[in-house]
Amino acid sequence: MSEMIKNFLYLNRRAPYGTIYAWESLEVVLIGAAFDQKVSLAFVDDGVYQIVKGQDTSESGFKNFSPTYSALGDYDVNQLYVERESLEERGLTLDDLMPLTWEDEDEDWAEKDSIRVVSRAELAGMIKDQDVVFSF
Amino acid sequence: MSELHTVNKSPFEKSSFDSCMGHVLEGSAVLLYEDGVYAAMQGTTAEAKVKSAQGVKIYVLGPDLKARGIDAARLIDGVDVVDYAGFVDLTIEHDKVVAWV
Repeated sequence: MSEMIKNFLYLNRRAPYGTIYAWESLEVVLIGAAFDQKVSLAFVDDGVYQIVKGQDTSESGFKNFSPTYSALGDYDVNQLYVERESLEERGLTLDDLMPLTWEDEDEDWAEKDSIRVVSRAELAGMIKDQDVVFSF
Repeated sequence: MSELHTVNKSPFEKSSFDSCMGHVLEGSAVLLYEDGVYAAMQGTTAEAKVKSAQGVKIYVLGPDLKARGIDAARLIDGVDVVDYAGFVDLTIEHDKVVAWV
């Protein structure tokens, strides 16, 4: 079987608890991470709410799956793109997001940021460059 | 007669919040819960609609705020936080509930 590496983009556009989309996306990302493909995640529209820090579901009975985003770096999922316009429309900044990082084994396990804030135009270009886009 | 209007959808994804605010009358109340709570945050593109509601009391469900990582300090001035018991009280205080699902 030929080794074929493809670029996969997971496009996350939903808030975390109102629907099951965000959680389902995470599940698929983690499954897909086992297949050694080039994986990146984009957080657009209400999707930016998925990685807001300080989520506490203790009073509402939901499962708080936000800590799982911190584990993505361990699965070599470290390209997380957050759309600047989506943050601004919602009164959010990078400081409102969880500090998601990964360790670069090529640089003595230096800790690096996984999140990059990009413009809508930049993201449009990234979508164009993908082989496969999964929408959630 | 006064109504309790409820919104549980994000104002950025669905038109439920817009429709609610277009139909709510003075003396009534709006309770934002589930993804509806995002409308109660300062600095969003939905903020002007919350502020423009004259004589309409806006409430937000605390446990849903906490789940989403929104600190009460980030809420628009005049928005009050209620818990589940407070939600029940609001349904009793008003003549009926109008749900903008």
